Amino acid sequence: MELRLEKFTKRFGEVTVIEDMDLTVESGEMMALLGPSGCGKSTTLFAICGIHKMSGGSLHFGDRNVTTMPAQQRSVGVVFQNYALYPHMTVEQNIGFPLKVQRVSKSEIREEVARLSDLVQIGNLLDRRPAQLSGGQQQRVALARAMIRKPDVLLLDEPLANLDAKLRLEMRSEIRRIQRETGITAILVTHDQVEAMSMCDRIALMKEGQIMQLAAPEEMYANPSSQFVAGFLGNPPISFLDAVAGERLDLGTGQSLARPFGLEATGDVVIGIRPEFFGPQHGTGLEGEVIFVEPQGREELIDVRLEGGGEIRSVLPAGEPVKPGERINWGVATDRILAFAKDGTRL
Amino acid sequence: MTANARIWHLVLVLAACSTPLMIMYVFQVIESVAESDPGSLWPGELDFENWRFLWERIDTARPSIWVATFNTFLFACATAFLVTALSTTAGYALSRLNMPGRPYFLGGLIILHAFPTITLIIAIFIILQFLGLFDSLLGIILVKAALELPFGVWIMKGFYDTVPWEIEMAGVQDGASRVRVWWELVLPQVKPGLAALLIISFLSGWSEFVLPLVLAPGTSAQVLSTYMNAVIQDDTTADFGLFKAIGMFYSIPVIIIYLLFQKQLMNIYGGGTKG
Repeated sequence: MELRLEKFTKRFGEVTVIEDMDLTVESGEMMALLGPSGCGKSTTLFAICGIHKMSGGSLHFGDRNVTTMPAQQRSVGVVFQNYALYPHMTVEQNIGFPLKVQRVSKSEIREEVARLSDLVQIGNLLDRRPAQLSGGQQQRVALARAMIRKPDVLLLDEPLANLDAKLRLEMRSEIRRIQRETGITAILVTHDQVEAMSMCDRIALMKEGQIMQLAAPEEMYANPSSQFVAGFLGNPPISFLDAVAGERLDLGTGQSLARPFGLEATGDVVIGIRPEFFGPQHGTGLEGEVIFVEPQGREELIDVRLEGGGEIRSVLPAGEPVKPGERINWGVATDRILAFAKDGTRL
Repeated sequence: MTANARIWHLVLVLAACSTPLMIMYVFQVIESVAESDPGSLWPGELDFENWRFLWERIDTARPSIWVATFNTFLFACATAFLVTALSTTAGYALSRLNMPGRPYFLGGLIILHAFPTITLIIAIFIILQFLGLFDSLLGIILVKAALELPFGVWIMKGFYDTVPWEIEMAGVQDGASRVRVWWELVLPQVKPGLAALLIISFLSGWSEFVLPLVLAPGTSAQVLSTYMNAVIQDDTTADFGLFKAIGMFYSIPVIIIYLLFQKQLMNIYGGGTKG
């Protein structure tokens, strides 16, 4: 079901956290609310599920206006960061609780629980209590409980934050699979850009209560609308260098880069170069000294201090014979240079 | 090496300090069943004469020990249930509901808890007299429960504070009303606190002396503590053997409860975190 936030405003006492935010999540879409902590993404989530009252604006599920509807009557499933399973109930009772509240008959609850536990693959754990489950299993139970009422919207609040790295990878694709299989509209709140990029159809990148950019992950990565977006997405992160745009991009250190095609700005700019677009495979152009090499198995992260000042990052396949202290002269993929004005807007 | 072995010197000091107490307890038990000769420490023959209060009235003016025991039991149970029921709801409200004046209420609780309640006894006496509850079991039950409440509310609030908010949010999200969430999801998390509070307020009621003495001095609402008091006061020559035997009888339930519920009682000091 389509979800629409219009002119959403949230104030806590005097402090306005979010002002006039518009957001539409298409039916069956998985949307990420991504941003640093304190950006208002959790506030938005709590407003959608009805735990926080909205200070202004309206919320629509499909054609229904649910702005003032109490949380119990909204059809929203939530998976909390710590899963919030009921410790005194078995897995079966946990998953069945939302139906028990609706006075569904026992046999029907059992059927539904069986269906959901098949979907999240925990059919053999129904008699256990939450304390006897691993983090990933608890996560699956929380998912099943959130989905058993066939809610209009599924909200996921940092669902992978409490899992170890390997489980996180597994649950990432699991959650995506379950969301696709059921075709449910979902919102994922996270501060982890990898999660957002790998799991969601679109990302709403938030900062200080505002949506900075709303786009598909690839689009947002390749074509960020501001310096903040460019800096937030990408791991290892993008490098920024000050430059003066003239004939060429003059770094002010005796070095310069060719102007990327289509750049019209002149004067002071900030250029962003992603690590994969700087390296020996792009020819020559920038001279510097390798100051740090961080092996990551498949690849190596290399920090370079440029001749005359400024640092830039590169990522190369493992096995490249690069040592700290080595002097290098590597090229930049000119077309992929991102240019920003001094105030952070994209040029 | 076990913990006990490592801190043996500490154990030794504690043992030495508590020896006089132990000796007192031992003699309490021994002398209730065996009279020692005057001036001698060693008990004489086995003699159950001191326990005669169990099967006969030791004084025709007083009710039998069984009536007093029943009264004590009723008094302790009623206060325990009253305190627990009210603390359970009040503690939740103070922990979770955003009501006006909450900080002052919390501060007031602490003050009430620390307040020497005996100074209120005249005022309470007048109120009970006015209500017609003076010299009745119901009267002292209400007073005792009221005085125990600050402690109970505070303890229960502490237990509620440890229940994660998300459990309640999840319950609301699952469609349950706030009352249902409290009853079905939150209350089971604070069960250890409930049990401990129930036991502690029962024991406190069981050993209460001043309130029944002052507010229910008649014979109809006599509890064990005032019964003992009467035994020692009435006779011109105090019968210490009898007194000790009644004391034994009085403390047996307490000992049994401690033995049975040690674990639950420790919970209150553990702050309610689940082990």
